[in-house]
Amino acid sequence: MTEASAVPLDAQPRLPHGVRLVHNEAHGGWVLLAPERVFKADPIAAEIVKRCNGQATVTAIVDDLVQAYSAPRDRVLADVSALLRQLADRRLLEL
Amino acid sequence: MATDKREQPVAGQNSRSTSGATGPTLHGPIGLLAELTHRCPLGCPYCSNPLALDARERELDTQSWARVFAEAAALGVLQVHLSGGEPGARRDLVEITAAARSSSLYTNLITSAVGITASTLEKLVAAGLDHVQISIQDSEPDSADKIANYAGAFARKKALADRVVALKIPLTINCVVHRANIDRIPAMVELAVSLGATRVEIAHVQYYGWALRNRDSLMPTAVQVPRAVKAVEELRKRYHGKIVIDAVLPDYYARFPKPCVGGWGRRSLNVTPAGKVLPCHAAEMIPNLEFWHVQDHSLADIWANSPAFNAFRGTAWMKEPCRSCERRDIDYGGCRCQAFMLTGDAAAADPVCHLSPHHADVVALAARQADVPYSYRLNPRKADSDAPVA
Repeated sequence: MTEASAVPLDAQPRLPHGVRLVHNEAHGGWVLLAPERVFKADPIAAEIVKRCNGQATVTAIVDDLVQAYSAPRDRVLADVSALLRQLADRRLLEL
Repeated sequence: MATDKREQPVAGQNSRSTSGATGPTLHGPIGLLAELTHRCPLGCPYCSNPLALDARERELDTQSWARVFAEAAALGVLQVHLSGGEPGARRDLVEITAAARSSSLYTNLITSAVGITASTLEKLVAAGLDHVQISIQDSEPDSADKIANYAGAFARKKALADRVVALKIPLTINCVVHRANIDRIPAMVELAVSLGATRVEIAHVQYYGWALRNRDSLMPTAVQVPRAVKAVEELRKRYHGKIVIDAVLPDYYARFPKPCVGGWGRRSLNVTPAGKVLPCHAAEMIPNLEFWHVQDHSLADIWANSPAFNAFRGTAWMKEPCRSCERRDIDYGGCRCQAFMLTGDAAAADPVCHLSPHHADVVALAARQADVPYSYRLNPRKADSDAPVA
């Protein structure tokens, strides 16, 4: 159990009960609401989290983002893995 | 209830801000502490409610809370903390929760667990409750019940925690620590893990109100505090990814003050059972502050214009050593209530800061312990007997 542990590519990440991604006009963007915490989600993070529906695998999420943004796959995979691991360690995401 | 007002748990520094023509930048608040009632079956000797409690007859009704939540959401508030006293003492708690959720607020129930039945919990979850925080007084049942002054409270807390987890609602366990239980932080964290909590708060007692009355009975020793800090560090490593441990150094042992409530009138507001709006739940101890009520003003008006909110907003009110300090926008001079309580001047630097000329007093207070029985928190009296005592 270390910070560096990788995200399994076949995991189907989802937000647990009590964690919600909402768009808020007053704050001008997406915010992730969680127990006693509020995280401002930048547009990229919001696009990743929106796809964490408990159905799509990490591979599928990466493929989708690569296609949607015509971005290099390695880069997208690195971004997605880092964010998902960070969120999971904070109990904001279930892998 | 016990509320930690030192750290407003908000990550990310982004919020709407509109520069006024004069004065400091006005941010929209993010969190609303809704003190639904001061009634509580427990009698914790460090309760964060004021010594003068609002009587049941003065509590805001369901519709008023619904309006407050709608106004709060429009102001930018994202999370509402349904608290007290014991919020379960309100018969309309389910309706209040539904109203908060229908204003798109993240709803957090802060409860002692005594007074929330399994059936109420199910109704709350159906109404959209997002998160539950349950306080525990100790990991040892007998000690826990003694601190709460309520026989059987510990068992009921465990039972409700089980129900919360069974309903897949995220659970935080809140542990207020002081001399009688601080050595059992590891056992309390283990208990939180075994109950299925995803988050545990280790909150050291803050000494005002009821806790001030009991300060010498509650104050941990100079041996206990560093041991507790080390224990928390080890627990964080052991439970990394398993449970989030939120803990801060107790005020009297710190070198710098905490950014109390994330800065006065900056991130959060507090509505009392009777509808008074406070920048922090202890603010009423500061004399000569003019607070406004939700019955008389909109929340937006109160946030922007009430004298109490503007009294210590920004940095213009500061004196030295805060005024020229490089940390003034980090800790905002610390806690105004503590500054008033320990120096007699609410605009002084929080004496927790080592730069305060009063810092030696804090060090001396931290060394004072006396094993006298707790003076337990009482319940509100009826409104008709609330006349000032001559």
